[in-house]
Amino acid sequence: MGFFLQNLINALQWGSFYALIALGYSMVYGVLMLFNFAHGDIFMVGAYIGFGIASGLLALTALGGIVLPSWLILVLTIIISMFLTSFVGMIVERVGYRPLRDAPRASAAITGLMIGIILETGNLALLGARRVRFPTLIQSTTYDIGGVFVTNKKIMIVVVSIALMFALHQFVRKSKWGMAMRAMAFDYVVVPLLGVPINTIARLTFAIGSALAAAAGILFGVAYPVLDPYMGIVFGWKAFVAAILGGRGSILGATLAGFLLGFIEIFVAMIFPSTLRDFIAYSIILLILTFRPHGFFGEPYSARLRL
Amino acid sequence: MKKSSIIVVTLLAVALIVSPSVWAKQKLIKIGINAPLTGDIPKVGEGTKYAAQMWLEDIKAAGGLEVGGKKYPVELVIEDNESKAESAVKANTKMITEDEVLAIVGPQASKQAVPAGDVANNYKTPMISPWSTNPDTTKNRPYVFRGCFLDPFQGPVLANFITKEFGFSKAAVLYDVASDYPKGLAEFFKQAWEKIHGPGSVVAFESFTTKDADFSSQLTKIIRSGAQVLFVPQYYNEVALIVQQAHELGWNKPIVGSDSWGSAETVKLCGKDCYGLFFSTHYAAAGATGATKAFIDRYKKKYGYVPDDVAALTWDSLRIVQQAIQSCGKITGNIEKDRLCVRDALAKIKEFDGITGKMTFTEDGDPIKCAVIVKISDKGEYEFYKSVCP
Repeated sequence: MGFFLQNLINALQWGSFYALIALGYSMVYGVLMLFNFAHGDIFMVGAYIGFGIASGLLALTALGGIVLPSWLILVLTIIISMFLTSFVGMIVERVGYRPLRDAPRASAAITGLMIGIILETGNLALLGARRVRFPTLIQSTTYDIGGVFVTNKKIMIVVVSIALMFALHQFVRKSKWGMAMRAMAFDYVVVPLLGVPINTIARLTFAIGSALAAAAGILFGVAYPVLDPYMGIVFGWKAFVAAILGGRGSILGATLAGFLLGFIEIFVAMIFPSTLRDFIAYSIILLILTFRPHGFFGEPYSARLRL
Repeated sequence: MKKSSIIVVTLLAVALIVSPSVWAKQKLIKIGINAPLTGDIPKVGEGTKYAAQMWLEDIKAAGGLEVGGKKYPVELVIEDNESKAESAVKANTKMITEDEVLAIVGPQASKQAVPAGDVANNYKTPMISPWSTNPDTTKNRPYVFRGCFLDPFQGPVLANFITKEFGFSKAAVLYDVASDYPKGLAEFFKQAWEKIHGPGSVVAFESFTTKDADFSSQLTKIIRSGAQVLFVPQYYNEVALIVQQAHELGWNKPIVGSDSWGSAETVKLCGKDCYGLFFSTHYAAAGATGATKAFIDRYKKKYGYVPDDVAALTWDSLRIVQQAIQSCGKITGNIEKDRLCVRDALAKIKEFDGITGKMTFTEDGDPIKCAVIVKISDKGEYEFYKSVCP
């Protein structure tokens, strides 16, 4: 039982990263009907921006200019990085996707891959191939609860992730902008005619998705403190799988599927040899998609075909 | 042109006949250094060059290399292999055929040492690679040697060390299944461990794939398996993640690593989590004693930084070559004969006492030598802990 609980907690942490990143994929798809394949790399950019800000704030504290407790540095890092990374997302949208909005979908997908490579190699050119360590902002304390080990970091990661997801849900459901986003997701053709500024909404969607990816990047840095320029690739793919599994465009679906993916990966490794982890985990997901090709909360294409 | 060469030859012949002592002095011992001075790993080339120059200084200070009572001047031929295989082959060919070197030290990395070793062997020129751990470098090549241990050695070394040091009998291994070095070493370790403690004594043999960041399910399994020690033959970026996660999941027993931990980046990335852990490697700078310390101090004073394992191994390799030349008894001047003599002497070396440990060569030209166990200190420095033999 302790073994099971331990893995459950491990899975909860792992799943929250997938969920946060999957949300970005899902929102962009929901509103603009395109897959932003650069999203995994925006996660990487967010982690690096967070690294820069955290290091900067720590250096400032060390110099004695202003004394900030490290939890405050973490909060500031998350907020500032989310803000800055949202601009990266907006630039990607403006430069990469807007010119292609009416081009075939394949062009947009290829553009996404290309932007991803630019972001990776740009980082490589800027910082070199050396890996960097994300600064330790919270000292990890391990609590032993009847043989199950939980750290304060794990709790924080899961709580912050769920809070962000809840905030997003509220934003989309309750705010005016959220309503506009939902309207655009519902009908791409008619909604602009009703006075909804589609470019603004597209930019907003990218900004929110990127900000969530940045939050995921920093939380990732807190949990797995070694960053490298290619960290977003495989992670991005897997989060993309989660977005598909949840149902394209569904926020609830992406969240649940992200956690589910984390659970499947961890529990497969718990039962089977760890060498076969991804093989078995993704075979299971393939099987699920065979029976539910639109994911858990997705709708068939026909209902929202453009034009 | 022709006339002048005839004059030169005649003059030389006269000189030779007239004074045998002049004749002996003119004989020069040339040692080739095949190093990656540019390319991907210039730091390795730099360490090689510096160590070689320090060695040459000693020889010059002694008035030359003494062989059979006579002193011969020594010259180094340093060629850049650009850390490319084809350039290493070219460099070896040039040094052997044009410069007529007696022996070659280098190339360092297996990528260059394997093809370059083929050239040296074909031209029957003794070569010693200080740093290459790939078995192919020396395999079936009587003229090729190396200065470091191989991975099939390192596995048993670590198994012995853990058994003796901690008295443990149950071990766990966590390794990257998609990378040759960790995979090979994990398997060698498992073999050696089970040979000592019986089948099933490796209670958890868990793997992951390159680029994985979360090892929590593997580590949970390892922790529940009742293992007393965790062996992680990984590169430094994974070490940092694995060690930290293990501690967060409640693992408070030793974690032991291999020579891939030796990078200066390991502690930078891992931080305090790595303090107090052990790994096996070729040599340890901090806490070194005797000749090793003397070498480190001298190198540091001269070049401004603590030499890494490449420099130390290069130093040892040069001294092995030196000893082989000296035990030849005489330098005939016939380069083929001298090369053969040096090769035979190299193969015969027993108990060479180098700064990276004592060594003897096997038939394949691989040294049987002890590995150094390094402990990461409370300051994050690599401290010599003990040397362990296979």
